[in-house]
Amino acid sequence: MDRQQVEKTALLARLKLSESEVVKFTDQLTGLLDYVAILNEIDTDDVEPMAHAVEVSNVLRDDEPVASLARDDALSNAPKTDGVYFLVPPILTEG
Amino acid sequence: MHHTIVIGLETHVQLLTKSKLFCGCVNRFNPENPNTQTCPVCLGLPGSLPVMNREAFLLSVKTGLALNCDISQFTKWDRKQYYYPDLPKAYQISQYDLPFSHDGFLEAEVEGQGVKRVGIIRAHLEEDAGKNMHDETGGGRDSHVDLNRCGTPLLEIVTEPDLRSAAEAKAYLDELKLLLNYLGVSDCNMQEGSLRCDANINLHIHGDDGSKIATPIVEVKNLNSFRGVEQAIDYEANRQLEIYEETGRKLGDPGVHKETRGWDANRSVTFGQRSKEEASDYRYLPDPDLVPITLTADEIDEIRQALCEFPADRRRRFSEAFELSAYDVSVIVNQGAEFANYFETVAAECGDGKQAANWCTQDVQRELNERSVAIGEFPIGAVALGTLLAKVVANEITTKSAREVFAELLESEAIEPTAALAQIDQIIEERGLAIVSDTGELEGVVETVLAGNQKIADDFRSGKQGAIGPLIGQVMREVKGADAKVVRQMLIEKIGK
Repeated sequence: MDRQQVEKTALLARLKLSESEVVKFTDQLTGLLDYVAILNEIDTDDVEPMAHAVEVSNVLRDDEPVASLARDDALSNAPKTDGVYFLVPPILTEG
Repeated sequence: MHHTIVIGLETHVQLLTKSKLFCGCVNRFNPENPNTQTCPVCLGLPGSLPVMNREAFLLSVKTGLALNCDISQFTKWDRKQYYYPDLPKAYQISQYDLPFSHDGFLEAEVEGQGVKRVGIIRAHLEEDAGKNMHDETGGGRDSHVDLNRCGTPLLEIVTEPDLRSAAEAKAYLDELKLLLNYLGVSDCNMQEGSLRCDANINLHIHGDDGSKIATPIVEVKNLNSFRGVEQAIDYEANRQLEIYEETGRKLGDPGVHKETRGWDANRSVTFGQRSKEEASDYRYLPDPDLVPITLTADEIDEIRQALCEFPADRRRRFSEAFELSAYDVSVIVNQGAEFANYFETVAAECGDGKQAANWCTQDVQRELNERSVAIGEFPIGAVALGTLLAKVVANEITTKSAREVFAELLESEAIEPTAALAQIDQIIEERGLAIVSDTGELEGVVETVLAGNQKIADDFRSGKQGAIGPLIGQVMREVKGADAKVVRQMLIEKIGK
């Protein structure tokens, strides 16, 4: 894991890292990946990739509507609202 | 040098379920009441868990089968991760490497060109995002987010790059929309965003020496009308050709990436969109909250058996069963399943497909257009119209009289089917529209009219064929519903004696 990869990962996760954090995480993440890389020693050529950790399938529900949250409740955790909409910093559509 | 336009379409279709894809919130277009159809699941609150809607999956499989796709016996859901305010979880639940269907095709009739087979790469099921509304004034105010739509079921249908013109794209979309209408999978209401389209467009430029160069691929987003799709394709073709001639840039050159452009319907141009930095790094991973779905071959077969008749099959059957022209059949079938059903009942009742087709595509269609209603809200039921037309076919009333009855039936809104039949008989009775071909009843009237018009009779005898017209008119006024042909015949016979 190099510095660039850490910076990209941080960007994708919307994390702002300080210079010392970049150095620290580069080191830590490299260690992590090296450790997990032990798994690469296993020959998985004839093993089908696992789609899910539990051996269960076909969990479905009937198409029946249930009550939604009241708007006030839905908005209650948002950092900014006008009582009707969630408000977010302006999104540019045309660049 | 000449060029070919190469187009692939990605169509997003909202499914007609009662509830959302992974939660029980109602699935309904409701912009008047923003943020009233949400819950912890679609708001992405911690600790909430999605559960798959059975009906949404069934509708998807039906569509896949109708698109001649292979249906996967094992399918799973993945997280597509990106940050955008209309998606509070910061990932969309979608399907990545194991979609529920793949490798199909749809055939569409392209005007003046014949049938075009369009390959379908895949169709997969995913959740829709909410809706962002931006400050259009440029004042830089906050964007508004409505999450009513967030988590509603969306089917994405991806074609091969098989389309070669705006007309072909339009034909494909028309046929797709019709198919979805017949399947009852989506209402395809474009104003409400039930059907949205992205187009991947580039050019193959063929040199005179047989060489072929491809221009960089452009994905045009935000196409929310079929007209927009056509215009965007033509616009892009011209734009890409100009840029190629200027710069020579082609697909595969270093630094050339797929470009995303938006469609401005007001100015009819595409415009460059800020590429989502490196956000195209979606980091798909299997969603641990949802387990896979498996289907046996028997289960797939069962769904296949229960499918409705597709538009293409119905066109074929109508043209054979009712001996109609390809044009008539298309006009009827392309109006949607309800209209085609209406026609079929009318035709069965009156026993004359051509008669039924004429009335449905002209008289009925004209009224529907004037009233701006669908056939379901038309006041005259199919059985009533069929019964009325049966009387024309049996020569009991004239077509002109049938129009009179039709007009009167239209005045009385939404009549009960049985009441309508009684009303038809009543109108015919009251207006004396029944064709009187009983010569006994006519005889006296014909003689009286002849006696009062000796001069005209003489004119006719001396060869003036047209002279008989007014006489027929007089008899018809006396005996409403008299068959003009019979009257004419009787007059000629009597004058000749």
